[in-house]
Amino acid sequence: MNAASAPSKLYSDDVSLIVVLLDANPFFWASSAAAAGDSASSHHPTTTLPFSKLLNHVIPLLNSLLLLNQLNQVVLVATGVNSCGYIYDSGDGGGGSGCGSVPAICSEILRRLEEFVVKDRLQGKGPDKVVATGVSSLLSGSLSLALGFSDPELDIHSLGQILCLQGSPDGPEQYVAVMNAIFSAQRSMIPIDSCVMGVQHSAFLQQASYITGGVYLKPQQLDGLFQYLSAVFATDLQSRNFLQLPKPAGVDFRASCFCHKKTIDMGYVCSVCLSIFCKHHKKCSTCGSDFSQGPTDANASTDRKRKTSEVQP
Amino acid sequence: MSGSVEVQRRFDLAGMGEEATRRRRRGGEEDDEEEEDEDERGMEAWERAYADERSWEDLQEDESGLLRPIDTKTLVHAQYRRRLLQKSAASAASRIQKGLIRYLYLVVDLSRAASETDYRPSRMVAVAKCAEAFIREFFDQNPLSHIGLVTIKDGVAHRLTDIGGSPESQIKALMGKLECSGDASLQNALELIHGYLSQIPSYGHREVLILYSARNTCDPGDIMETIKNCKNAKIRCSVIGLSAEIFICKHLCEETGGSYTVALDESHFKELLLEHAPPPPAIAEYAAANLIKMGFPQRGAEGVIAICSCHKDVKIGGGYTCPRCKARVCELPAECRICGLTLVSSPHLARSYHHLFPVTPFNEVSSVVPFKLSQKLAQTCYGCQQSLLSHGSKPAPHVSCPKCNQRFCLDCDIYIHESLHNCPGCESHRSSTT
Repeated sequence: MNAASAPSKLYSDDVSLIVVLLDANPFFWASSAAAAGDSASSHHPTTTLPFSKLLNHVIPLLNSLLLLNQLNQVVLVATGVNSCGYIYDSGDGGGGSGCGSVPAICSEILRRLEEFVVKDRLQGKGPDKVVATGVSSLLSGSLSLALGFSDPELDIHSLGQILCLQGSPDGPEQYVAVMNAIFSAQRSMIPIDSCVMGVQHSAFLQQASYITGGVYLKPQQLDGLFQYLSAVFATDLQSRNFLQLPKPAGVDFRASCFCHKKTIDMGYVCSVCLSIFCKHHKKCSTCGSDFSQGPTDANASTDRKRKTSEVQP
Repeated sequence: MSGSVEVQRRFDLAGMGEEATRRRRRGGEEDDEEEEDEDERGMEAWERAYADERSWEDLQEDESGLLRPIDTKTLVHAQYRRRLLQKSAASAASRIQKGLIRYLYLVVDLSRAASETDYRPSRMVAVAKCAEAFIREFFDQNPLSHIGLVTIKDGVAHRLTDIGGSPESQIKALMGKLECSGDASLQNALELIHGYLSQIPSYGHREVLILYSARNTCDPGDIMETIKNCKNAKIRCSVIGLSAEIFICKHLCEETGGSYTVALDESHFKELLLEHAPPPPAIAEYAAANLIKMGFPQRGAEGVIAICSCHKDVKIGGGYTCPRCKARVCELPAECRICGLTLVSSPHLARSYHHLFPVTPFNEVSSVVPFKLSQKLAQTCYGCQQSLLSHGSKPAPHVSCPKCNQRFCLDCDIYIHESLHNCPGCESHRSSTT
């Protein structure tokens, strides 16, 4: 497994640099809050959580990460719909938040988050923005930011770690960018942990955690989110060798095709540029290669023959 | 198969090509090995220390004539920018067609010349070390490609490993066979590889990369004929020389469309070798474009018991399920034993996409920008959030993305283009990603 590669960085101290990516997608959290209201009335086990409650879980997590080791550094990055931004950095020398008292940090985070959400909404206000229900947030952007920040060349004194708190569904158009970020994290041996709070599993984050040797978890009961976060994700990389962490329950390795951005489990791959298509094309839209010879797969051609012979009689 | 020891032609080539500008012991150029050894003995130990290490090259004279160590950071960055701009210029000129499915034979010269010690500790060890780095980098950048190893020794070419997709087994095979003796034979190596590479599928790009230590080749027949055969078989041959430029190597590379370079020292050699890791621009008639039908299986949950089709054995957990016939296979990439579908995981393919959608090179922001203007813009690097002001209020050299106008420090610039392949600025704004 890839997990074996992560601890090979030799550090005597278990100081961590943890970048937390918080999904701040108002569309997802609004629908989540609405669903939570419904389920509360029908005494259904809570599988959803409003954003304000989520912060009650996340801010204590940040504080406990700082408590675990006073050299730990925590960075909070918000993932919006139209933009991403830094919210809080504990290594910022206070950053105007006083000398790090807990209430001061809390109010600082809340204030910056509020500013971020307002700014994010303003950027999205264009004449041609049509808001669909399944709007995804910019995971690729926040991952890139987090990786830029924890680039091992810059900071060789602590182990980088990325924790994604993701709710909204994947955006297939970010596929290439997200994969690039994942491979870069793998090369720098930065594990990407993911905690998915949405209804569906996130294929991007499943792959991210699998490839980088991080932990992927989709909590059943969001009421006790803090317990999950503190027990699973707050552990440093050295301690993980001795813990029983959740095992991945299957990873979705399907690709999304370049032509319709659909997720497919079988498709055609251009031999020149490895672009993925969901059906046979005459010409590759990425590299312009001409596929006049037809598919090479022997079975595919026999399939076709079978079909035509069925049509004839 | 190519074990003929009959020597008909001997290219003693030291005098034929231009001399590469590499350090040389005085004399010994046109002489044989033994005399060179004597020559080395003639130099005193303290003399050799200076001749080999060339410690004065680490120093540089500044404007006032003072000696100071070379500012490696800006130098490295300048070098990297030159490479980057070259690359982007090349890809802009032609359409983005790259040979991404490569079948490459790496030829390691283990003739007598490989035991020379001008590379530390010897050419052979230096080559093996760099080859290991190259093989890893190669598979990182060309996920669906294959590599095989061939060694030349005692005038005979020997296939060390079958062409395959696993970096570990190749490296292990190479490290276990590090002994050198005898002469090098370019022709035998090419003939051997020609035989193997003619069997691969038509969409694959055939390549040979020769790491050549010797200054001569000891061939059983007409090498020109072999070169012509390689050209007809569309095998792209590249050579990296360790000693001097040799006519026959240059001719081989020119004929087959490869590149010929000669290394100056170990770091240069590594640089030259790693330049072969990114896929070369595809030559249109070299490989037929094709659509290959592939399946993207899902990984099974841990703890699920299934019988795999490759070992016909009961396996607990792991494994992948073929999307067409639902058979279980243990590893990817593979071919399904039941329905014959090529099974890959999408991360395999996605590893190479940054070749197709590269990040545009950033513009250098000159530090002579009027201070007021630069103050208005962000003063921290968008990537690492470090201040771009070096000391006092003078901005350090930095770059900006032409698309999103965010500013980055030099470290982040290299990181973004070499490893991340995403511009954090462009990615964090929706309008520019869609």
